[in-house]
Amino acid sequence: MPKDHGIGASQKRREDVRFLTGRGRYTDDINLPGQAHACFVRSQVAHGRLNGVDTAAAAAMPGVIRVFTGADFEGVGGLPCGWQVTDRHGQPMQEPGHPVLAQGKVRHVGDPIAVVVAETFEQARDAAEMVDVDITELDPVIDMKAALADGAPKVHDDLSSNLCYDWGFVEDNRAAVDEAIRNAHHVTTLELVNNRLVPNAMEPRVAVGDYNFATDDSTLYTTSQNPHVIRLLMGAFVLGIPEHKLRVVAPDVGGGFGSKIFHYAEEAFCTFAAKQLRRPVKWTCQRSESFITDAHGRDHVTKIELALDKEGHFQAIRTETYANMGAYLSTFAPSVPTWLHGTLMAGNYKTPLIYVNVKAVFTNTVPVDAYRGAGRPEATFQLERVIDKAAREMGIDPVEIRRRNFITEFPYATPVAVEYDTGDYHATLDKLLEIADVAGFDKRRAESAKRGKLRGLGLNCYIEACGIAPSQLVGQLGARAGLYESATVRVNATGGLVVMTGSHSHGQGHETSFAQVVADMIGIDENMVEIVHGDTANTPMGMGTYGSRSLAVGGSAMVRATEKIIAKAKKIAAHLMEASPDDIELKDGRFSVAGTDKSVAWGDVTLAAYVPHNYPLEEIEPGLEETAFYDPSNFTYPAGAYACEVEVDPDTGKVTICSFAAADDFGNIVNPMIVDGQVHGGLGQGIGQALLEGAAYDESGQLLTGSYMDYAMPRAGDLPSFTIDHSCQTPCTHNPLGVKGCGEAGAIGSPPAVVNAVVDALQRAGHSNVTHIDMPLTPSRVWAAMQG
Amino acid sequence: MYAFDFERPTTIADAVKALSAEDAQALSGGQTLIPTLKQRLASPSRLVSLTAIPELKGICVADDGALCIGAATSHADVAAEATAYPALAALAGQIGDPAVRNRGTIGGSLANNDPSACYPAAALGSGATIVTDRRKIAADDYFQGMFETALDEGEIITEVRFPVPEKAAYIKFEQPASRFALVGVFVAKYAGGVRVAVTGASEDGVFRWAEAEAALSSDFSAGAIDGLSVGADGMIGDLHGTPEYRAHLVKVLTARAVAAAG
Ligand SMILES: Cc1cc2nc3c(=O)[nH]c(=O)nc-3n(C[C@H](O)[C@H](O)[C@H](O)COP(=O)(O)OP(=O)(O)OC[C@H]3O[C@@H](n4cnc5c(N)ncnc54)[C@H](O)[C@@H]3O)c2cc1C
Repeated sequence: MPKDHGIGASQKRREDVRFLTGRGRYTDDINLPGQAHACFVRSQVAHGRLNGVDTAAAAAMPGVIRVFTGADFEGVGGLPCGWQVTDRHGQPMQEPGHPVLAQGKVRHVGDPIAVVVAETFEQARDAAEMVDVDITELDPVIDMKAALADGAPKVHDDLSSNLCYDWGFVEDNRAAVDEAIRNAHHVTTLELVNNRLVPNAMEPRVAVGDYNFATDDSTLYTTSQNPHVIRLLMGAFVLGIPEHKLRVVAPDVGGGFGSKIFHYAEEAFCTFAAKQLRRPVKWTCQRSESFITDAHGRDHVTKIELALDKEGHFQAIRTETYANMGAYLSTFAPSVPTWLHGTLMAGNYKTPLIYVNVKAVFTNTVPVDAYRGAGRPEATFQLERVIDKAAREMGIDPVEIRRRNFITEFPYATPVAVEYDTGDYHATLDKLLEIADVAGFDKRRAESAKRGKLRGLGLNCYIEACGIAPSQLVGQLGARAGLYESATVRVNATGGLVVMTGSHSHGQGHETSFAQVVADMIGIDENMVEIVHGDTANTPMGMGTYGSRSLAVGGSAMVRATEKIIAKAKKIAAHLMEASPDDIELKDGRFSVAGTDKSVAWGDVTLAAYVPHNYPLEEIEPGLEETAFYDPSNFTYPAGAYACEVEVDPDTGKVTICSFAAADDFGNIVNPMIVDGQVHGGLGQGIGQALLEGAAYDESGQLLTGSYMDYAMPRAGDLPSFTIDHSCQTPCTHNPLGVKGCGEAGAIGSPPAVVNAVVDALQRAGHSNVTHIDMPLTPSRVWAAMQG
Repeated sequence: MYAFDFERPTTIADAVKALSAEDAQALSGGQTLIPTLKQRLASPSRLVSLTAIPELKGICVADDGALCIGAATSHADVAAEATAYPALAALAGQIGDPAVRNRGTIGGSLANNDPSACYPAAALGSGATIVTDRRKIAADDYFQGMFETALDEGEIITEVRFPVPEKAAYIKFEQPASRFALVGVFVAKYAGGVRVAVTGASEDGVFRWAEAEAALSSDFSAGAIDGLSVGADGMIGDLHGTPEYRAHLVKVLTARAVAAAG
């Protein structure tokens, strides 16, 4: 019997009632009295010297309140970077300034130069066209390798080159890895591109700044995944507003996928301008504007080498990656190709020696930062692609070669500095073979062939590090933040609870699943638990939602706080029943004295806490409210195995996904239906990356894929009905819920399955020279590959 | 958008008069023009809506058997009501999404002559006649290159007349992002011969593939074009396909259209 309550129940998402009936309250729904509107003047060239900005004509336009330029921000800090990477030689990365509005130079198409604030948005937009920008165009650098060539134009004149860092991991392994590869029985080499993606959350970014001159309080409403992080970064590093005078609210947010982690110029601008003008200032991103201002994802160019012995055991891995940073360092950009990527290069396998080299490069393109999976999809893609290629070269079955190399004993310390606490990779692979009906593939292939289609099967494993992250560890690795999470549980007198969490929900369903956990712990109905998030004024300092961390870290904080509540409530119950707290049991919302028939209800205890007439006041305080902060002792390691079947049209190169199966181990599951939804969404994005999406710049730095006319998003019709399973569960050993996180898995694990399947289809059809095709696998690319 | 005046005449004569103003522009379904205005890529002083003119709407069969479609008839209406010409109805039913089909019109599509649009292939492939407020233009004379047509300033398409073929089919290979035609081929078999019109492929816009027409006129079977090939010269090359790929698709899709026409 499926459960209908508590942990493990597929409860419908309570937030969907408001989302699906138009009752959500997104940032753009917020309109404050006296609000003015901002329109940004942005660079139309990729690289140029900014000689001057003449705002006189614009300022004279109807409705214009003020025109801001870089000069207004000279006394203001730049946008900070939250992670410092140390390079192979022990030197800190090159870290350029990132002004709120361009100063002296423009560095990518979309770089903000000036802002018009007017009574209406249309007036601001009209006036923005009158801002006269004098730019001397400079040669841009778009291609990463060209950007590193001698004499290449520099994106930042004050840096020595366009190289942000040259990172080696583990640097001490380098010689041994080189040696192992030199002496290996077989080395498989693969060069590939992990394509640049535009995040495309359904809700574009919005910021509304507000200032109360009577109290000197600033408020920012923003589309953010982590309002406290924005408050800290913007308050402390950009505008110099102490946190007690700055409130950041991220209300309903319509998808983030990483792109709403970062602190953006528009947030700082609206907060700043509201104070200057003593009026609320609102900016709503246009869709085409979002293509050139939201941080992009991925964009790695990689060479990977895998050394194997005669039996196909992995001996060593060596990679060299060029990672695009874009024109500036977005908030967490440096960490993505390094600590979120290099540490996952062991995958699910016992490879004794690994060396990862990453060169992060500045180019005249939109900044690149974390996007669903962040670093882990890049690691998984190259590893699972090179394993497939190696299997083919050595004539070993792709399932068998993976099994031969699986890690089977836990905990397992990888050669790339992480320790997997638990897992069972054979189990997920077995489950995958079953749900994907791999045994029936040949029959399906024959049937496809009858219709003139080339069928292929691709599969792969993946592992990810989620539940980020142990603060002390990431501090050593260069993070300028801690990565704990917080929760306050407030029990009301009549027994209902409000949980104020530092996690943020922007589609993940926390309001439902978090309530299930707390209700389950106490044994009450979920409807008695309200989840509050997204406002720094009423939640404890939290680090927000990304890296599949909310339940593993935020949920753990909530469990700890609830445990404190239960412990205190037991003391109250003991007092009411004149028993010892040690003898009190809590079950189904009732406290009873062990071995007796004495009991009191949850509501009796909560009422006593707030009406303490009969109450142990000399021992405990009245009230029932507790806060906990939880700092994880390790990452969590969700893992699984994915399979994809495709049909390729030999005449047009068009790829159709026939089926996709995912067997995931997420540890314990709180709400299976929400987990299904997260996997579906992740698969949609991963398949989108594999088949459709890809941001492209021309040589002059114009974004060729600047709208949905050219940037292909996956649609329902592009995706099959997924077959997914998460019954293989090895609970996380170090958090109280035993959960691992499921938000990114689909996007991490699916691209290699798709590409493996297409290569398989072509190989089986006799295109033996096709060993790789770069994503997205558009019809034209697949067709070109078949032409030899 | 920039500010503009808006008029909604109810007769063709009033519409022509309203369009004589400087920088006036016709507005039909708005599925091309409105996005252009929103991007501020056009700034007409006056928009003249054609959607309140009853004469411009509807589908009928003329005495000579031609299917006549009013210029302001939506793609959705053509898809549902052009039963006399199933290949044309099917083409209309594949344009964009339901919202686009409910608003967008055949006149707007032909006036715009987007090199990747579907209707131009049907009009040219059927040897249709484009009827305007002042003359009749044969499809062969009407299309004059990407976004270029024989229409004069202020001239309004009022109706499009399609001779109904014995057999026809349109095969559209979608550009993955926009879902316009990366290449689309319309094949129609008439008593007097076969017409093959190709959209999406050429830098000169929609064109007829003469060699295929000749081959198919003597043998209307997919195999009849086996020996032919299309050169990559003058084909569009972009992110979504090289000139070689488009040239290749022209042949593949022509064969498929012939097979689909039966
Ligand atoms: C999301 C989306 C997907 C689409 N997909 C496709 C597709 O797959 N295939 C395809 O073919 N098209 C597609 N289109 C385009 C669509 O078919 C448009 O409706 C069509 O191109 C223009 O028709 P309209 O009635 O909307 O014209 P409008 O946008 O109103 O006008 C377009 C132009 O034609 C002029 N004009 C309009 N009517 C007349 C007339 N009667 N006489 C003279 N000039 C006139 C206008 O002045 C304007 O210059 C798509 C559009 C969108 C938004």
